[in-house]
Amino acid sequence: MYMRHGRLKVKTSEEQAEAKRLEREQKLKLYQSATQAVFQKRQAGELDESVLELTSQILGANPDFATLWNCRREVFQQLETQKSPEELAVLVKAELGFLESCLRVNPKSYGTWHHRCWLLGRLPEPNWARELELCARFLEVDERNFHCWDYRRFVAAQAAVPPAEELAFTDSLITRNFSNYSSWHYRSCLLPQLHPQPDSGPQGRLPEDVLLKELELVQNAFFTDPNDQSAWFYHRWLLGRADPQDALRCLHVSRDEACLTVSFSRPLLVEARTETLLLLVDEAPLTVEWRTPDGRSRPSHVWVSQDWCELSVEKSTVLQSELESCKELQELEPENKWCLLTIILLMRALDPLLYEKETLQYFQTLKAMTHPPLLQAVDPMRAAYLDDLRSKFLVENSILKMEYAEVRVLHLAHKDLTVLCHLEQLLLVTHLDLSHNRLRALPPALAALRCLEVLQANDNAIESLDGVTNLPRLRELLLCNNRLQQPTTLQPLASCPRLVLLNLQGNPLCQAEGILEHLAELLPSVNSILT
Amino acid sequence: MADSLPTEFDVVIIGTGLPESILAAACSRSGQRVLHVDSRSYYGGNWASFSFSGLLSWLKECQQNSNVGEEGTATWQDLIDETEEAITLRKEDATIQHTEVFCYVGQDVEDNVQEVGALQKNPSSVESSILTLDSACLPEERHTSYLTSYEVPGTNTQKSDRELSPEVTDTEEWLEKEKYCEDKTCVYTVSDGEKDENKLRVKDNTDKPKKNRISYSQIVKEGRRFNIDLVSKLLYSQGSLIDLLIKSNVSRYAEFKNVTRILAFREGKVEQVPCSRADVFNSKELTMVEKRMLMKFLTFCLDYEQHPDEYQAFEQCLFSEYLKTKKLTPNLRHFILHSIAMTSESSCSTLDGLKATKTFLQCLGRFGNTPFLFPLYGQGEIPQCFCRMSAVFGGIYCLRHKVQCFVVDRESGRCKAIIDHFGQRINAKYFIVEDSYLSEEACSTVQYRQISRAVLITDQSILKTESDQQVSILIVPPVEPGACAVRVMELCSATMTCMKDTYLVHLTCSSSKTAREDLESVVKKLFTPYAEAEIDKEELTKPQLLWALYFNMRDSSGINRSSYNGLPSNVYVCSGPDCELGNDHAVKQAETLFQEIFPNEEFCPPPPNPEDIIFDGDDKQPEASGTSNIKMAKLESSKESKSLESPGKHFQN
Repeated sequence: MYMRHGRLKVKTSEEQAEAKRLEREQKLKLYQSATQAVFQKRQAGELDESVLELTSQILGANPDFATLWNCRREVFQQLETQKSPEELAVLVKAELGFLESCLRVNPKSYGTWHHRCWLLGRLPEPNWARELELCARFLEVDERNFHCWDYRRFVAAQAAVPPAEELAFTDSLITRNFSNYSSWHYRSCLLPQLHPQPDSGPQGRLPEDVLLKELELVQNAFFTDPNDQSAWFYHRWLLGRADPQDALRCLHVSRDEACLTVSFSRPLLVEARTETLLLLVDEAPLTVEWRTPDGRSRPSHVWVSQDWCELSVEKSTVLQSELESCKELQELEPENKWCLLTIILLMRALDPLLYEKETLQYFQTLKAMTHPPLLQAVDPMRAAYLDDLRSKFLVENSILKMEYAEVRVLHLAHKDLTVLCHLEQLLLVTHLDLSHNRLRALPPALAALRCLEVLQANDNAIESLDGVTNLPRLRELLLCNNRLQQPTTLQPLASCPRLVLLNLQGNPLCQAEGILEHLAELLPSVNSILT
Repeated sequence: MADSLPTEFDVVIIGTGLPESILAAACSRSGQRVLHVDSRSYYGGNWASFSFSGLLSWLKECQQNSNVGEEGTATWQDLIDETEEAITLRKEDATIQHTEVFCYVGQDVEDNVQEVGALQKNPSSVESSILTLDSACLPEERHTSYLTSYEVPGTNTQKSDRELSPEVTDTEEWLEKEKYCEDKTCVYTVSDGEKDENKLRVKDNTDKPKKNRISYSQIVKEGRRFNIDLVSKLLYSQGSLIDLLIKSNVSRYAEFKNVTRILAFREGKVEQVPCSRADVFNSKELTMVEKRMLMKFLTFCLDYEQHPDEYQAFEQCLFSEYLKTKKLTPNLRHFILHSIAMTSESSCSTLDGLKATKTFLQCLGRFGNTPFLFPLYGQGEIPQCFCRMSAVFGGIYCLRHKVQCFVVDRESGRCKAIIDHFGQRINAKYFIVEDSYLSEEACSTVQYRQISRAVLITDQSILKTESDQQVSILIVPPVEPGACAVRVMELCSATMTCMKDTYLVHLTCSSSKTAREDLESVVKKLFTPYAEAEIDKEELTKPQLLWALYFNMRDSSGINRSSYNGLPSNVYVCSGPDCELGNDHAVKQAETLFQEIFPNEEFCPPPPNPEDIIFDGDDKQPEASGTSNIKMAKLESSKESKSLESPGKHFQN
């Protein structure tokens, strides 16, 4: 009787564990011997079907053994030269089936998906429809499997699937679960394909009706779950769609120094061999060498300039309504940083000066969340990022104001700045006041200020002066109450030919003995050094 | 033949409702010798599901119960000796009352329409018929000698029967052919006791050959497509019944379908309630701000215990009042109160409401976007699944087996045996009996509540969408505060409970009057009778009623053991179905009773892995059958489309 006293007799847990252990031992032995055999054959150059068999034993259990996939590829390349097309077709069919079984073992195996790409790419008549179906099946199980998404994009591109169909596919998956970076990202690739802009307008810009529809969709997502980042990132992509056209921002010619400086709207690489930048003098091309102003980067002859506005200008009505919905959401979710950040970005895109005060208030709120005194620091890791972002916006605003006023003096004192940016746009500035901030360095990009005569940087935390180099017109440099430790940090100043006044009062290096002598030696042309 | 039934058992269980069946499985599983009997010809008692003709026969039985006198049964007095006394059991079921049937569709075909595949049987032949179930895979095989009137619950075999070969004799069909469609009267009213309540409502429709409409004869012909539940319940995906099904591996015998929609009835309109994150995201009805407010509140409810400051001040308030303080718009409040928490506006406290909301939300996402599962082929499958488990572990089953009395030892006051209708005395240590079997004397001081039920067959869904295969639950709040909400469940044909192009609708509420009085107003709000549809254009949007049944069922849940008179200490009482949506009461009752009887035994532990079973070398015969049993069961479960374990695995990644 299999029932004993009415009870089933079953193995004890020790017996079970022992049986398990033996099984594992056996498995390990097989695994190791197979691996060894494969490597021996590979070394001996015996790339035949037996290698396929051996590797499949191992890969079937552990599809992440990348070297073995390489082995298989080598075997296939070998067999392609030896076998008839019919024989090869049989092998390929088996390989596709094997790959599928490996994917079921680990649907996120890099090696397996890659091998499938490789194999399909070599087939004379690949069955793309079947591959699309395979992707749909794997995404049904896990809609966020980015490996499968990657493969799907590869297949869709190869099979020339209409973007509209693929868009509908992303729709269906977003409907199921919108926390899906892959799906949103795919949309951002498909939409510009679906709606190509006929005019000479910037690439990748969406027509307004499409844009509005997408905004509504993504708003649904972040109102449903404002803590889901994927939606916010897609939102940002939608609003920051248009890249500004390439343009010359500023051209400065200095006859004294026989120097010509160009500022672009975006970073460019100017090389001697390519004709990115052509200088015509009296209608004749002039061969010149281009270099970056700080002279530090390798001689790539670049004049770098940063695009300074993160959000390009869409129709302001769209932005305005986006701003309103975000503000609404912010009232409901005062602690959501994504919402606050988006509000700030929208305000900057709309009118940075008009919203300056409000923007700063939002920054304040964000900062209050990142700093621990309230014991509820939401995101302390991003505190410095926020400081820098705020500095960036303040500098942008000051530059705007200066441009409106048509002056060449820039006041950035008492702004709590932590970083300097957009210096490449200050080509024409003669006076720059950076006093009373939290700057720790005068960065290399400062060398772009070709016209700078007076630089005030008192009461900061400056430790290095890398950017104060090759400034042809700099006369006065005020660095009181900073953190300059070593006289050697002043080395870059030696390359500024017109520097006559240097104030170093209140810096640690002033305490050093014989500092004046040391400095006089280091900077012989500077008339007056105050310590 | 009845003599061949063993006379010694550990546990005798009377009644095959859900709690009794769970107990049977638990007892057999822990090695007890179990005899499980039911006086009815079908499994489940008031938990059963019927085909259409089965339901009509059941109705007839209910009607006859009060009239039919005693059948000739063996006398038992001689079997009792002087030191013993007898406690008689009830002879007829008194739990169903006020049955009323309405037929709205035309009777357009000849008489004698019968269900395809219905058995031609008469009650006397039923008694001795051997059911040709595929019992090869069951251990009872060994007891073939007295298999005559025993049956083995055979869920899976039935299913395949029904699907594959409609002509094959339906094993569940125990009923004689119904000839109820006499003359023009396609409607009959059965009323329990009170004859003056008899109403005859004949909608004498002239045949309308327009469109492809469903006629009564079609319903009868396709009657086997119906599995009409007497109780309308669902399984909470994280509820105790699901946990038990999975833990005990009974889930292998059942298949489930997700409830696809939660509906609400507001301002005369049926609308879908967005309850999962995906629903909220996709909803076209909610504004952005509403989406946020709803998600915010639901997220809070998921761990409301962690934020006592959010609700402490309102603990004494009603949940409905509390919701008003949460900046929720009226329709959101309606959704949460009635469709998610499913609580009463006028009596539910804040804490209870939060708890109910949390329960609902925790069940989301385990098997789908709603918190509920519905068993394919009806709720009646579930007790049978547990019976099957009990049978696999040696439980012996007898339907149509009446128990006349308990035999009680005068001195100890303990029950020693039962005497069945053949006059056989069967001894056991413990006795478990369903409430409805207890005599009137035993229950004379018990205060029972009632459940009002309606079963409707309709032609369309109450909320039409692209897919016509929806399983929906809708709570209709009471018009007057204080009255009971009505729970409406609409099943599509994919649940294998109704024929194609129809919907099976269950209405449930706890009774204040008769079922029809309690439920008719809701039925009128949601549906329109078949005949009037073509006249009133406005009404056309409502689904049409083809057929309707109202009845009241006794609710014996929540009754203290001490309320029963003169129960021996080793007789335990299980209650019939309760009014709640979930099955927690039955599971909890079964577990509590089991632990009371066998305090040191585990309740329904997982069955051992077939590979780990050790077989004695000296008895090879059972070894072979033993292994094949369990392997067979394993194979069966792997074939199933929706076994309970597999969906969960998808969520692991």
